Amino acid sequence: MPELLLELFSEEIPARMQARAADDLKRLVTDGLKAAGIAFTTAEAYATPRRLALVVDGLPERQPDLREERRGPRADAPEKAIRGFLTAAGLASTDQCVVRETDKGTFLFAVVEKKGQATDAVLPGLIAQAVAALPWPKSMRWGHAGFRWVRPLQSVLAVFAGGRLDGGLDLQGGHLAFGDTTRGHRFLAPDPFAVTGFADYKRKLEAAKVLLDPAERRSRIAAGLETAAKTKGLSIKPDPALLDEVTGLVEWPAVLLGAIDPAFMELPPEVLTSSMRKHQKYFSLETPAGKLAPFFGVVANMETADGGRRIVAGNERVLRARLSDAKFFWDQDRKHSLASRAPALKDIVFHAKLGTLDEKIDRIEALADALTEYVPGADKDRVRSAARLCKADLVTGMVGEFPDLQGIMGRYYALHDREHADVADAIAAHYSPLGPNDRCPTVPVSVAVALADKIDTLTAFWLIDEKPTGSRDPFALRRAALGVIRLIVENGLRLPLSKAFSAAAGSLQKLPAGPGDISASLLDFFADRLKVHLRERGVRHDLISAVFAIGGEDDLVRLLARVEALEKFLASDDGANLLVAYKRAANIVRIEEGKDKTSYGTPPDSKAFQQQEEVVLYEALRKAAASAKTALKGEDFAGAMSAMAALRSPVDAFFDHVTVNTEDGALRANRLRLLSAIGNTLHQVADFSKIEG
Amino acid sequence: MASDISFQSLILTLQQYWARQGCVLLQPYDMEVGAGTFHWATTLRSLGPEPWKCAYVQPSRRPADGRYGENPNRLQHYYQFQVVLKPSPADSQALYLDSLKALGIDPMAHDIRFVEDDWESPTLGAWGLGWEVWCDGMEVSQFTYFQQVGGFDCNPVSTELTYGLERLAMYVQGVENVYDLDWDGVPKDKGGKRYGDVYLAAERQFSAYNFEYADTRILFRHFQDAETECRSLIAAKLPLPAYDQCLKASHLFNLLDARGVISVTERQSYILRVRELAKASCAEWLASQGQA
Repeated sequence: MPELLLELFSEEIPARMQARAADDLKRLVTDGLKAAGIAFTTAEAYATPRRLALVVDGLPERQPDLREERRGPRADAPEKAIRGFLTAAGLASTDQCVVRETDKGTFLFAVVEKKGQATDAVLPGLIAQAVAALPWPKSMRWGHAGFRWVRPLQSVLAVFAGGRLDGGLDLQGGHLAFGDTTRGHRFLAPDPFAVTGFADYKRKLEAAKVLLDPAERRSRIAAGLETAAKTKGLSIKPDPALLDEVTGLVEWPAVLLGAIDPAFMELPPEVLTSSMRKHQKYFSLETPAGKLAPFFGVVANMETADGGRRIVAGNERVLRARLSDAKFFWDQDRKHSLASRAPALKDIVFHAKLGTLDEKIDRIEALADALTEYVPGADKDRVRSAARLCKADLVTGMVGEFPDLQGIMGRYYALHDREHADVADAIAAHYSPLGPNDRCPTVPVSVAVALADKIDTLTAFWLIDEKPTGSRDPFALRRAALGVIRLIVENGLRLPLSKAFSAAAGSLQKLPAGPGDISASLLDFFADRLKVHLRERGVRHDLISAVFAIGGEDDLVRLLARVEALEKFLASDDGANLLVAYKRAANIVRIEEGKDKTSYGTPPDSKAFQQQEEVVLYEALRKAAASAKTALKGEDFAGAMSAMAALRSPVDAFFDHVTVNTEDGALRANRLRLLSAIGNTLHQVADFSKIEG
Repeated sequence: MASDISFQSLILTLQQYWARQGCVLLQPYDMEVGAGTFHWATTLRSLGPEPWKCAYVQPSRRPADGRYGENPNRLQHYYQFQVVLKPSPADSQALYLDSLKALGIDPMAHDIRFVEDDWESPTLGAWGLGWEVWCDGMEVSQFTYFQQVGGFDCNPVSTELTYGLERLAMYVQGVENVYDLDWDGVPKDKGGKRYGDVYLAAERQFSAYNFEYADTRILFRHFQDAETECRSLIAAKLPLPAYDQCLKASHLFNLLDARGVISVTERQSYILRVRELAKASCAEWLASQGQA
């Protein structure tokens, strides 16, 4: 079966866009094939810095013939309707129609037959459409052309069944004809060569120093790095994201090892790795003890006669220049204490409506101090010091040059100033956790400052009504809320959120009148974030809703304990049965309330009971409510659940022996109220109506 | 490799190479600018349909980068070599690589790469897509396809190449301190000059001026004057002199920024003020070309 090979040969495509572009190309072409009714067996796409390639196998020689039947009006329909149908179907008279009896009458049918075209006649248009539709995060024009692509597109190779496809791209001010040639590595094999199919293409590319398959390049780089590290008795610090990026920067990877000038090894390791990784795309090496070693791994795109000697020397020189800059900052920054930098924060605006960083520091300090009450072991003095210093490194030379080192440098400078280790650690940790997988601080001083920073940010943005909407969350408030949740839950803090919000809002009183009380709205936001967070950890979504629906709970630890107890209860026999009984009761009440257009939510009249089962159930409900209340007071959620478990047999007995819908209206209403009381009692532990199953 | 690799012969080589490609060789713009892009020969000439090829050296000033002559890699005044090719030739990359060869950088012996780097100048209302060109891990040039200037679409698109001359020369000469660069190819004992002989005193004095002595009251006043002058020149339909005033305002803003007297929020509004001047100058330039 014929095969299609397509290659879009371009000036360098940004590494971060390649994988997605290859997927998009495959999707667009295969969608086009499906729409044209052309079947295929496999489709595979590849990307290098200079090309996107797609191979589709198992294509037919021709598009299948299409036969479509369209039902028209009745045979005896008015002339006008019939004429309209004929025009729409492209027919001249009813003679060309088929008349057929159906169970609804006699109808006219038009049979439209479309002869399948040769596949090689369909493909050029289909390819041109796919290339033009390829979405890029950023695209550009070049020369006089109106056509947009990620970078100038230089040639398009399109080969079907071994031969060049006749066609091309309209560049809107130019034409790019399809060809059957491509080029190899920019420097190592620049001459064009023709190919007849994918196997031929891939083989010739490899001979021309291009590894087409990113997976192959990636594994070759990884292996090369490991081998190089071993020669020094070291290992590569794993960095999958960097490995992905580097894979998109080379067509013919050559792994080389460079040395770091020992003079720079006294710099903090984070400074070394930041310079190497972010700016130079170098890999770090580690000693068997896990310490940063004075070497780096660089992946070149070139084989040279000197075995890369000059390339290594050049890279070492660049790194020396970068690190001597860093060393300069490291030496300069330590000449001033962190504390002495605080006044400079007055010049940095946190947000136009929320004042300067200096003012934020005042708020963080006050809030962190207030929060120490809820963070066991948090020393007030250290918390206050850490809060005062936590942003001071933003005005150091090093963080100005390497912004990703914020916090980390603050820690080093604080240690240099002989601040307490807890204070220094809190400066580094107060931005954490930065997501669901980031390390969550556990040292009490760090926890207090990290909480204060985030709660201040959330409260402040809520007060100026800058909440996240849809996918827009420019101030990363969702991440801040998740951070607070993780800090509280993972440290088991008994922190009433509403109190924290009002303490934070208290420091923000200078703001122009905001939207009033924001506590409820912020709690809702937290509830949503908590649901997302717990769902990711496999906790049943409906149980969270059931507990949240009770309302008035702003202690996350207590809330989670309740969810956990509920989960256990429902897994037990009593719990599962009680849920069934509850649903039955709730259904009856709901249906009857609907019929009667009234509510049976008020308590039943115990004097109106006529059967023993009613009395027993009523007593059981009273008892369960009372013992659940006591248990809840002591935060014994398992106890509260087992109090509810005692309801199971009275409820079952009631359903077995009592008729709710009796002729006696007053008796019926009283029984409905008794059923309604089941839900009300259960509501003490959770809103059972939210529970599924 | 070219036998003479002095700083000045590097410039001569680039000039000769680009002159051979049909570029008009210009001299530096006699204004204080932050980069070669600000030269009218790039900004204004990249607008409109007329073909244009030029090359020139542009002394560039970035007051905040001054290090009192103490940092071996940072200067508040440095040289860029700027090339503009309009419309962007289909073989832009090859032309650029040949210029490296002319400088003695053999692509077969080095690792030369085009790494994504999109260019944007908020003050000029300009942006383009392209790369920074790496040679053995060092950025030696910026390569940009201009998409917009002064808020106007570039049609046709131009190729802009910017060589950081000091960095390139340091690479070619194998020197680690910019002040050690051989400027003229004359041996030191025969009176030859190094980069430091020519510019070290200037770096020290201008760093002191930029960071300590620039009178910010005067600078603020000059900024307003330049802004006012620019607007009245635009009203008089004189885009070229207006553009001069726009660049004055831009440089004054850079000086004020280096003195640390512009807060983060104000910063944005100053950038916007300069951008408005740039846009108006570009609009008037297009109008003078019969294009608006």
